[in-house]
Amino acid sequence: MALEAQGRSAPEPPEPPSDRAGGARKGRRGLAPYLLTLPGVAWLVAFFAAPLGFMFLFTFYDGTIDIGYSFTSDWPQTYVEAFTTYDTQIIRSVIYALIVTVATLLISFPMMYWIAMKGGRRKNLFVLLLLLPFFTPFLIRTLAWQLVLSDQGIFLGTLKDIGLLSADFKLLASPLAVISGMTYNFLPFMALPLYVALEKLDPSLLDAAADLYSSKREAFLKVTLPLTLPGVFAGSLLTFIPSIGDFIDAEILGNPNTTMIGSIIRRQLLVNQDYPTGAALSFLLIAGILVAVFLYARALGTEELTG
Amino acid sequence: MANVRLEDVSKAFKSAVAVDNVTLTIDEGEFFSLLGPSGCGKTTTLRMIGGFEEPSSGRIWLGDDDVSGLPAHKRDVNTVFQSYALFPHLSVAENIAYGLKRQGVLKDEIGPRVEAMLELVDLEGYGHRRTTQLSGGQQQRVALARALVNRPQVLLLDEPLGALDLKLRKQMQLELKRIQSEVGITFIYVTHDQEEAMTMSDRIAVMSAGRLEQVGAPQDVYELPATSFVASFLGASNLLEGEIEGTSGEITKVHLRVGGTVTLPAGRLPYSDGPVAVGVRPEKLHIQATDSSEMDKADNAIEATVVSSTYTGVSTSYECATSDGTRLIVYVQNLERSASPPGAGERVRLTWDPDHTFAVAKPERKDARAANDRKG
Repeated sequence: MALEAQGRSAPEPPEPPSDRAGGARKGRRGLAPYLLTLPGVAWLVAFFAAPLGFMFLFTFYDGTIDIGYSFTSDWPQTYVEAFTTYDTQIIRSVIYALIVTVATLLISFPMMYWIAMKGGRRKNLFVLLLLLPFFTPFLIRTLAWQLVLSDQGIFLGTLKDIGLLSADFKLLASPLAVISGMTYNFLPFMALPLYVALEKLDPSLLDAAADLYSSKREAFLKVTLPLTLPGVFAGSLLTFIPSIGDFIDAEILGNPNTTMIGSIIRRQLLVNQDYPTGAALSFLLIAGILVAVFLYARALGTEELTG
Repeated sequence: MANVRLEDVSKAFKSAVAVDNVTLTIDEGEFFSLLGPSGCGKTTTLRMIGGFEEPSSGRIWLGDDDVSGLPAHKRDVNTVFQSYALFPHLSVAENIAYGLKRQGVLKDEIGPRVEAMLELVDLEGYGHRRTTQLSGGQQQRVALARALVNRPQVLLLDEPLGALDLKLRKQMQLELKRIQSEVGITFIYVTHDQEEAMTMSDRIAVMSAGRLEQVGAPQDVYELPATSFVASFLGASNLLEGEIEGTSGEITKVHLRVGGTVTLPAGRLPYSDGPVAVGVRPEKLHIQATDSSEMDKADNAIEATVVSSTYTGVSTSYECATSDGTRLIVYVQNLERSASPPGAGERVRLTWDPDHTFAVAKPERKDARAANDRKG
């Protein structure tokens, strides 16, 4: 999806088979694209659509794993209760994810602009350097942040020792720590689509803008930005969607007041085994994201996604 | 009034000198071409006039204004880029209106001006289309309209027809010429195609290795090339090495290395004595049997052996070799069905009018060959 959103021209529809081809061959050729998608479709149905369907069914049930589950006609109440109980965490998750999306955009746009425009032959090296830390697992990276941000860690500890920070200064277990960690962890999801969009930008378009009386600033606003908007769009989705459901950063770097909806869902499903509530929260989240994405696509006017 | 003036302009990049001390005056309303092989500095020269590159030294004048340090967006010059560089996120009409909007032209005025431009380039009704839906030739016209709509003092064209196929290119050459005479704007046209340059230009500047080789009207640069590079870049050169014998009155004599003496009008020599190369264009040569008595006494003549002949319908081209191995190309129009055209191995006499003879400094053979390679 990310790449398609980048596309300056929509992919061409497959060419109609030539008239010379016989009927049987024509039929087989027409089927080929569908046959090629079969493994992927089967995989998605078995491991994504089906579990999702079961999850959805759970939201119509009531009970726990001990007393068993039964259908309830009062199922809307499950949604209402889930939302009213955890509205704080839901809203917090949305706010954190929004901040993270904006932060990654602000950090990676100048960086990727520089690599794409001025990187020269070393472009790929710079991108690799950016990605290198992300070759380690998510959890390890976050634990490393915990060490870095800890009260007596190498940074805060040193600063406190030399008296630049007061002894009770804290970073860990704060919203700032959670958002910083998430910004770091989701940076590549924003940076890479941006890079693809910026790298594809034909520098002669900027010459053309200058030729047509645009100052550097105007050329950026009228040419660079609109043409990299698909990259901004793709990057925002790839950052916003996973970060809204993230729970690792909040659990490792946060405190009870930074709990995000991902943690709640995980707890409902795996600890409390309250499947109906967990499932209802998941679907509230999915519905919320779909609405947000739709509004965002409308606002950005990304034709590729809204048709 | 001079429209564009370059004074001792040079441009050095990190690794090489791209443009070396170019001085040039381009008149108002002129169709002026910068011609040369790739890497000769013609595009860099154009980009400096456009303001996309800053000269390392020298000055550039636009009318009475020194624009040397002025950035591109402040110059009254517009460019048609080689790749067209149309904005893919804008429609055809929005592309054309782009420059007008930036200049703050009133909305009521933009619409009609865009329409008039679409008409000029034969694209009425295409305004709402996306540029990506257009063919190469159409994109080229949009690029032209987008530049011309701003009514610049000078229009720069960087190999604008390079991406088109031959037929479309020929058609666009005529079209560009028509549009230029309609709008009356100075065109500076960069190309590596000598035929294109000769077809369209009022004057041509031939460039090689960052330097100007010769500036002049197409027939002047073709008929009387000033350097061996120009001679070989604009067609087959047929250069014969020799030694200047001397000038008496209107006539200069050059003794050829292969033997014999040729004459040419005085004043065509690059210097007055020493080794020199004389040349003649292939279509100016006549081919005849060695025992023929048709020859005019005043004509230059040289004996050679036919190496090969190629029949191309309109004409036949002969490759001949003199006794010292110099190759000469001869084009003979097939006016009649010749009963016995000279065949390979036959000894022939080549003659030509002294007035068709030019002289250049003795070619540094490497240069001449390199120029021929690049043409191929």
